[in-house]
Amino acid sequence: MDDNHYYHAPDLARFAEVGRGAPELWDKFLAWYSAVFKEGALSAREKALIALAVSHAVQCPYCIDAYTTAALEQGSNEEQMTEAVHVAAAIRGGASLVHGVQMRNHLERLGM
Amino acid sequence: MRVLPTLQKQRHPLASGASQRRRLAELPLARSFEASLEAAGLFPLTATGIEVLQVNVGRKCNQTCRHCHVDAGPDRTESMSAEVADACLRVLAATTIPTLDITGGAPELHPEFRRLVTTAAALGRRVIDRCNLTITRLPNYRWIPPFLAEHRVEVTASLPYYQPRQTDRQRGDGVFEESIAALRELNALGYGRPGSGLVLNLVTNPVGAFLPPDQQAAERDWKRELERRHGIVFDRLFTLTNMPISRFLQHLEEKGQAGEYLARLAARFNPAAAAGVMCRTTLSVGWDGSLYDCDFNQMLDLPLGDGIPRSILDFDPARLERRTIALGPHCFGCTAGAGSSCGGAVA
Repeated sequence: MDDNHYYHAPDLARFAEVGRGAPELWDKFLAWYSAVFKEGALSAREKALIALAVSHAVQCPYCIDAYTTAALEQGSNEEQMTEAVHVAAAIRGGASLVHGVQMRNHLERLGM
Repeated sequence: MRVLPTLQKQRHPLASGASQRRRLAELPLARSFEASLEAAGLFPLTATGIEVLQVNVGRKCNQTCRHCHVDAGPDRTESMSAEVADACLRVLAATTIPTLDITGGAPELHPEFRRLVTTAAALGRRVIDRCNLTITRLPNYRWIPPFLAEHRVEVTASLPYYQPRQTDRQRGDGVFEESIAALRELNALGYGRPGSGLVLNLVTNPVGAFLPPDQQAAERDWKRELERRHGIVFDRLFTLTNMPISRFLQHLEEKGQAGEYLARLAARFNPAAAAGVMCRTTLSVGWDGSLYDCDFNQMLDLPLGDGIPRSILDFDPARLERRTIALGPHCFGCTAGAGSSCGGAVA
């Protein structure tokens, strides 16, 4: 295997190996993770779309692959998924831009 | 409407059932289907009775859907003879099998379709027509909707999505628009309307190499969207998994995803779905009268097990009702996730 890079698609299937170092913590994570995605006040489809958007916000390629599949398998379509990605991008963009207020504060402090 | 040459017409290597079975057998799996059943306490898988006689009258169709496990299309010529149709009706008359499920191809193209329907309906059997919808819009086939309504035939209609783009991508350009027109006509006849007794169910297969959504949740979405966008009502939505057979197998091969898809199905093996697979209660009849455990085995030329009558002409309920089911890696398609059958999810 060529491992001279950081992200490797087949590694997603090896996710559970992370549990080897701390099995109890892994089991707790897995139980919590499974519970989070169950149908609740939000539908499983809505949760998969949120997860897809967050995957883009945190820029996790494994999560993007996993939640593209999950969103499709929960019945979402390309338009809905793309809008979810735009939501993530808008929040990221807005989060950068809102720091402009801090820049302005500092400008005003230093300026005349 | 876009129509493509079938695999058979193209003389494609995957046109024959035997070549598809060989290809599927080559794909690596962590555990065979038989071993998965064994672990679930279900091996050997046996039938529990015959509740559905599913008759595939032929492979001719006015569409060439990209996921079609039949490789159906306008250029196919296989067609059930009147003698075989007679034999199917004799079996119905001689037994208490409650349901006749007519499929194809587009079964309404078959000259014996009307006789099968009227005779089975007169015997008091539930009759299902697996309808592609667009066939009802062709000038020579405008008789279909009122005929189905007259004989109280249950319509199980294919529509992969409630939007045009996904539907046309799978089934051909223009199919969505024609399908909506067909559904409106069925609704106008009373199909899908509460209290009419005329049952209209929709079937969706994923438009791609992924599993179908949760059936109940999808049905809620579909009912809301089809009514809101098009004023269409229906009874139930059946979610079906794409089977790695025929044209969908070819599609997977072209994209280099056959192994990945089969492994995904196998990884999602669900013992509860396996216990409820349709082959346990279905007997499938081919256009030439050959018997199979299901329509998928039929397309793979995977015959019934040894020592079991293999033709409708030799129908023997005692030996067929408890038969051992013939299996292959494709069977993972019916046991993944919530399971998949001609009646949708099973678990």
